[in-house]
Amino acid sequence: MADDTGIRIDIRKRWNWREFFFQWEWLLVLIFLGVHVVNSFLSPYYLNLDTFISTPSTFLDKSFIVFPMMFVIVLGMIDISVGSIVALSAVIMAVSFNAGLPMPAAMLLCLAVATTAGMINGFLITKFKELSSVIVTLSTMIIYRGIAYIILGDQASGRFPEWYSFLGWGRLFGLPFVVVCFILCAVIFGLILHKTRFGRSVFGMGNNGLTCRYSGINTDRITFLVFMITGFMAGLTALFLTSRMGSTRPNVAQGYELEVIAMVVLGGVSTTGGVGRIAGPILAIFIIGFLGYGMGLANIQAPAVLVVIGLLLILSVLAMRVRFKIRKKSAAV
Amino acid sequence: MSNNDESESLLELRHITKIFPGVKALDEVHFELRRGEIHGLMGENGAGKSTFIKIITGVHSPEAGEIILDGKPVEFKTPVEAQKAGVAAIYQHVTCYPDLTVAENIFMGHEKTSGFMKRIDWKATHAEAQRLLDQLDAKFSSYERMGGLSVARQQIVEIAKALSTQARIIIMDEPTAALTQHESEELYRITEGLREGGVSVIFISHRMEDIQRLADRVTVFRDARYIGTWPIGEISQDKLIVAMVGREISKMFPKRHIRLGEEVLRVENLTRVGFFRDVSFTLRRGEILALTGLVGAGRTEVCESIYGVFPWDAGRVFVAGKPATVRTPMDALALGIGYLPEDRQKQGLILDWAIGKNITLPSLGKYSRLGWMDEKAENAAAGTLTEKLSVKTKSIFTRASAMSGGNQQKVVVAKILTNELKVIILDEPTKGVDVAAKAAIYEIIGDLAEQGYGVILVSSEMPEVLELSDRIVVMKEGRVTACLDTAATNQEEILHAAMVIDVAHDSAARSGEAYHGRA
Repeated sequence: MADDTGIRIDIRKRWNWREFFFQWEWLLVLIFLGVHVVNSFLSPYYLNLDTFISTPSTFLDKSFIVFPMMFVIVLGMIDISVGSIVALSAVIMAVSFNAGLPMPAAMLLCLAVATTAGMINGFLITKFKELSSVIVTLSTMIIYRGIAYIILGDQASGRFPEWYSFLGWGRLFGLPFVVVCFILCAVIFGLILHKTRFGRSVFGMGNNGLTCRYSGINTDRITFLVFMITGFMAGLTALFLTSRMGSTRPNVAQGYELEVIAMVVLGGVSTTGGVGRIAGPILAIFIIGFLGYGMGLANIQAPAVLVVIGLLLILSVLAMRVRFKIRKKSAAV
Repeated sequence: MSNNDESESLLELRHITKIFPGVKALDEVHFELRRGEIHGLMGENGAGKSTFIKIITGVHSPEAGEIILDGKPVEFKTPVEAQKAGVAAIYQHVTCYPDLTVAENIFMGHEKTSGFMKRIDWKATHAEAQRLLDQLDAKFSSYERMGGLSVARQQIVEIAKALSTQARIIIMDEPTAALTQHESEELYRITEGLREGGVSVIFISHRMEDIQRLADRVTVFRDARYIGTWPIGEISQDKLIVAMVGREISKMFPKRHIRLGEEVLRVENLTRVGFFRDVSFTLRRGEILALTGLVGAGRTEVCESIYGVFPWDAGRVFVAGKPATVRTPMDALALGIGYLPEDRQKQGLILDWAIGKNITLPSLGKYSRLGWMDEKAENAAAGTLTEKLSVKTKSIFTRASAMSGGNQQKVVVAKILTNELKVIILDEPTKGVDVAAKAAIYEIIGDLAEQGYGVILVSSEMPEVLELSDRIVVMKEGRVTACLDTAATNQEEILHAAMVIDVAHDSAARSGEAYHGRA
């Protein structure tokens, strides 16, 4: 052809030191270590292996939603109905069990309800393009929580069989069962996001949905699936949360959506879509979790923990900007 | 040339070098702008024109070299400093506040205020804005909403804005690219008016006629280097092209003789309500069918329907003789129809991604097994295609956003070729790419036809349509008005089919100027 291409085009990715050390995750690792240093000053009993193994089971149940929420945010969307889905599916499970349904069936019903709730979100968002995901999930957030109140009223329901508490309190291979499940989910979601066609499409759509549509990607199907999976994972959270608490009420998991979104954003996932890696949100889950635990050790009340999380979020987003500027500068030299 | 007595140098750039990681964007470049002259700046995409402007306007600082303004060395560290020194730039894609009035747009950032509270003095603002508009002979009011104006008028507002900052040097970056012939004339007149008023203009354009018509002198850059400056009367078009390209493009349109095969696509009475009606044509293997007509005649809409982006309402499409249903682009790709969209940046590419990942996007299924991506196969395929289409890059990991328009277009063509296709629809494939890239794309189109694809070429450029195609389908206001054999037709006949008959019809007469006869 007309051009002089004497050069062979490189198809092997080169290792780049600067890129390696500019990864957002390093900063999160530093914060994570910092939290532990502060915590170990707060309590002399903090630094032992059991702390690291059993503490996570107190905060991991909501983190199941962090994974699918990461997909949602990479798509450039948001799902704020997850807390309500947890409440609705937990309440339906408790009520149907107490009405005579066997517990395994009630648990399946919980997952089915949550998945259906996610599918409704996905359906509304893909069929009515003029509705943004914020509006749709804001509406369903109110509706799902409302239904939970209608079913149970303002009371608790529980009296689950003994074995059900295994989910929240049991151990497998010496690790809390929740932790085992969490690791499993982290691996599965990480592989889906970074190694599959589905994950590639999600990133593509977050960057430029129109290009993906013109490239023959079934964008509606992918959006629908992402919201469906989010619903399912909220159901899983409902199972673990209810097991740990022993009973449920229509007001459980209130504010989960914001904590989950905070973890995803702290993990370096851009809210404009298209950018993020699984390691970030995982680190963020543990940073926020251990931060809350440490402040508990120091007898700092829960509301103060929220203040610290909020500040951390603002600082992290600022740090991201500074990092971006440094990278731009060093790239321009 | 006006006021010859004063034509000493106003702005001079000497030995300007600017380096970006891995690339020398400018290499010891010279430039001299005189008082009250219109200075054409030409060069292929990627020759360094954009970087050069960014240095004059203070966006980038050069690594080496000096800028001399009014005989004194200066340094523009920020755009504000450049603006204070009297430099203003008007960009190709007008950047404005569409919901504000013209006057607000003109004085954005340097509002006319009064009193202790710095209240905006609306009376003075509008009076001054109107004065500037009158000075430019603009026939609209300062109270009009910016978003309601045509691109041409928005550009006038930008010029008024430049004047309001007391600019002495105005840089226009491809201002005519989005204008009709008539609007361009208007812009020429205004630009000449600026020259009369003593303003110096740097006019960047790909269009020969702009430079021929307007410029006093012309400077050419190539591959980040300064090639030369000539008074416009002393250099021919051919020599200018040689200066830009570095070699003669003897044959922009290589003629090929391709044996046509069986029919691959037949469209019968295709209708999408409100966009086009009763569109029928056929396409054979190895054939290049030009689909032409004025901007807005419905060409893109027909293609998007065939490709399934916006499904048709009535009519039938046959692919290789079999009736086809296309409701989504996925259906189209499965049937073997590929489409290169009109807007390569918004519809064709993911700019932040490496070109390799861009190329494989439409056929992820081919490079994955049971949903798992096979990155090795993917990268190998992307590498082969980038080489085959001579994309100028060192690696498939280069970001799409870092490439010139012509190379981006080649990447989009590569994307399409990852699928097993019978029909390739190219929607304005040479829009906004430079001369050499155009020639390369024409060659690719010829290759595609030779390989047995049926090619539909949507184009407004007459030379393209007449030189490349086998047959020409002309559309006007959503209908096919002519189906011509290229060998037996000419520009007049096509234009006639595209615009006339109904002279009284205002819109056709007006948009008729959207035709650019020459590349």
